[in-house]
Formats: sequence, structure tokens, C-alpha cells
Amino acid sequence: MATAGLNIYHLARLQAVSPDWPGGFWWHWLFFTVVIIGFVLTMVMGVIYIERRGMGRMQSRLGPNRTGPFGLLQPVADAVKVLLKENIVPAAADKLVHWLAPVIAFAPALMLFAVIPFENGALLADLNIGILYVIAISSVSTVGIFMAGWGSSNKYSLLGAMRNVAAIVSYEIPMVLAIVGVVLIAGSLSLNDIVVAQNVPFILLQPLGFLLFFAAGCAEINRSPFDLMEADSELVAGFHTEYSGMKFAMFYLVEYAEAVAISAIIATLFLGGWKGPILPPWLWFVVKIILVFFAMVWTRTTLPRIRIDQLMAFAWKFLFPMSLLNMFITALQVLAGWPTELVWVMIIVNIAVMAILVLVWSRFFFRLGGGRVEI
Amino acid sequence: MGLAISFWMLAAVAIIAALGVVLLRNVFRAALSLILCFLTVAGLYITLSADFLAAVQILVYVGAISVLIILAIMMTREVQQGSPNSRFQIPAFIIAILFLEVLVLTLINTPWPVSGITPTAPTTAALANSLFGEGGYLLPVEIAAVLLLSATLGAIVLAREK
Repeated sequence: MATAGLNIYHLARLQAVSPDWPGGFWWHWLFFTVVIIGFVLTMVMGVIYIERRGMGRMQSRLGPNRTGPFGLLQPVADAVKVLLKENIVPAAADKLVHWLAPVIAFAPALMLFAVIPFENGALLADLNIGILYVIAISSVSTVGIFMAGWGSSNKYSLLGAMRNVAAIVSYEIPMVLAIVGVVLIAGSLSLNDIVVAQNVPFILLQPLGFLLFFAAGCAEINRSPFDLMEADSELVAGFHTEYSGMKFAMFYLVEYAEAVAISAIIATLFLGGWKGPILPPWLWFVVKIILVFFAMVWTRTTLPRIRIDQLMAFAWKFLFPMSLLNMFITALQVLAGWPTELVWVMIIVNIAVMAILVLVWSRFFFRLGGGRVEI
Repeated sequence: MGLAISFWMLAAVAIIAALGVVLLRNVFRAALSLILCFLTVAGLYITLSADFLAAVQILVYVGAISVLIILAIMMTREVQQGSPNSRFQIPAFIIAILFLEVLVLTLINTPWPVSGITPTAPTTAALANSLFGEGGYLLPVEIAAVLLLSATLGAIVLAREK
């Protein structure tokens, strides 16, 4: 069975170069579509388990531990539970929009994985605009959240959706500018080429870019501490207040699929993607995704939720100038040829630059409540 | 073959979506149909081997402009069910007819030549060279950036409370 799968895989790889039908193209397409769907669903179950158990440990409680060994079957039990639940649609809802919203939100989360390489060249489509595709597609999922907020005709849903737009529009800018640094060093927009270019993981060459991307990415997918749009204490559940049953499960799935996607993108851009010694490349990739996700869980349990004005101020007064500076410094270094010749100098200089910039900026220019860095 | 089929599918969806924008009474649904229209236009760009343009189309039009349109709809009361009666209906109709005439005349009088050049495979480098390279459009790009900045500043000044 494994060899048959491998053969199809190789066949797809060999013939994938001719982008017209019929032929190997469709095998390639079918294979990677099935792989991506399976990968995303499995990873989502995995990260839900990690989040619930990890959060439990970090908050000095147990977390779900009754279903199966170590509570491993809890995501399965949850899935079965939501499948069997009644689907309630509010009487005043815009039925069509309400029904379409989860689908529209889910599609981009899945489409993101089309350009993420699992191994060298093992991806659905090696677009030469890869990372731009990621940014463009991830901006579409906002529309699904909007449709949910509007279609429910519930004021909390609408408020959640409106907070979402403020976050997405603001945080897209530092996110893209943080990516520019990576693209400058790698010299390509294709995610596979970016991984191939990483002899040294770019987190060392772009430490500031990594932090900026991590913060902006968490805000883009509304993870705590930026989860204003579904702030439970203020908005019930935000945009998906009026969703139940399988449609709620879809939103839950989108939330975690996006978290996995952002983790995968961070792993690809900054942590060397599938590169690594001994272990097979795809396993390295999975390990790196889980590491990044664990860092997200960690920040979620550590930091309190920020207010909407703090959210805006953080994007525009902290992340935005920092990402501009980062881009400028990186451009100068690339012009001077540091990434190829003076790699170790560049690593040391950039880590020093990151430390100095973050400390100086948080101390003298921008203070987010008690969130500034104390020395 | 594949290209022709995808072109006609995209074109049909784009026209239906564009009609939806104009004809739907529900403004929110009209905005959603506008998004569909933008997406199909991005698809058309892909069939023309303009992948960079397609991504930028989705990023700018779907990710930013449509989202702002929807936000404006959410912020506005009483317009959800169609536009209210106004005295601008007849002048607007006349201007629309004139605009349609201009468009139709342009469409008829343009020869629409088909280029025989094979499309450049990595579009990004070629685009960057013609935008920022020597003899390129560097000055217009910079001017556009300054224009956008001044528009932003103007909006802030106008919206600011005294």
C-alpha cells in the first residue's frame, strides 16, 4: 500500500511539470488535495488536544483526560458531539449568508496549504508568487467572518465581525513588511525556494522579522491575546454566537486550521521548513509546526487580552515602524552582500539590533499598559 | 481547451455576479456578489498568465476594498434593503446611460489585438524590473505612493474632531 502511494506520488511529481490536462497534472492534484485535507484535519485534532491539555497544565489544572488514554480521544468526542447537535438558525437571520459563511471561511484556510512545501518540491502548486498567494488568500477568510457576523443579525456577532476588520486591516501591513525581509534574503517569493535558500534558519537572520510576523500572525487569526472579536466576557462568542451544530464546528475547525496554517508558514519562512538532520523532512516540518503552535498556546495563557484601542496602537505605533526599520536594515545588509558572505556577522548584528530596537521602542516610544519590556 | 473552458466559466460567473451587484435589493448581498466578481476577475488574470496581478487583485480588492465597503454598510443604518428614494435618480440614470455609451463605443472601436509573445514565466522579476529598474516607471510609482499618503493625511484631517 505504501509503495503504491509512493509510486503515484513519484508519477505525480514527474508529470506535474506539464500544467495542462489530461495527464499527470490531475494525479498530482488529486494526491495533494487528499493529502492536504487529511493533514489539516489530523493536525487540527492534534493541536486542539495540545492546546486544551497544554493550557490545562499552564493554568494548574488537568484539562480533558477522561476520553481515551491521556484524553487523546477528546477531539473525536467533540467532533461526534457537534455532529449530532441540532442546527439552529435565528428567525431574523439572512438564511443564505448565514449558511454560506462557514464554507467561505473554511475554503481559504484549506487553500493556504496549497503552496506550503511538505518536502523538497512536495506541494500542490509551486507558485512563483507563493507567499503573496498566502497573504491574498488569507485575507479572503475575513469575508466569511463578516458574513457570519452580518447573517446572524445579532448585535454581538456584528460587533465581533467589526472588531475583526479593524484587526485584519491593521495587522496585514506589519505582517507583509515582516515577510519582505525574508523575501529579500531568499530572493524568491516561492515558499519552496525560500526553504531551499535557508542554509541557516531565517529566524537567526531575521529575529525581529520573526517576532513581528508571529505577533501580527496571531492577530490575523485572532488568537489570544488578540482575540477581541470573540472575547467571551464581552461578546458571548463574537461572530459565531448564533452558530450551532456542524456550522459551529466548521468555524472551530477554521480557527485551528488557520492556526496550523500560520504555524506552518512561520515554520517555512523562519524555521527552515522541511529541512533538518536525521528525521524525514515531513516529520521535521510537523515538529516545527507543533513547536510554533506551542509558542502560541504559551502566549495565550501568559498574556491578558488587550483592548481595541491597544490593539490598534500596538499595530500602528509598535509593529509598523519596527517592520519598516527591519525591512530597511535587511535591504542594506542584502545590498552589502551579508547573507551570502558574512552570515555569522549578520546573525549577531541582527540579534543585537532586535534587542536594542525592542527595548528602546518599548521603553521610550510606545507603552502598552504594563506590556513594556522590563530590564 | 482547458483555458477556453475556464475563461468562459469565469466570464459567465463574473457577468452574473456583476449583474447581482446592480440588481440585488439587499446591499450586503450586493457587496458579496461584488467580491465574487473581483475573484472571477482574478481568475481571468490567471488565465492570462498574470499571476502576480491576480494575487494583488485578491489582496487589494477582496481583502481591503470589499472589506471596507462591507464595513461601511455595517456602519450605515436603513440602507440594508435597497437605496432610498432620492431626487438624484434621474440625473444618475442619464449619467449611467452616457457612461454605458462611452464604454460600448470604446469596445466597438478597439481592435483588441492578440499578442503572439509567449508569456514570461517568472512574472515577478520582470515586473520589478519594469517598475523599479532603469528606464522603468519608478517616478510614477513614487508619485502614486505620495498621492496615497496625501489622501490618507487628508482623510485624517477631515475626519478629525475639532
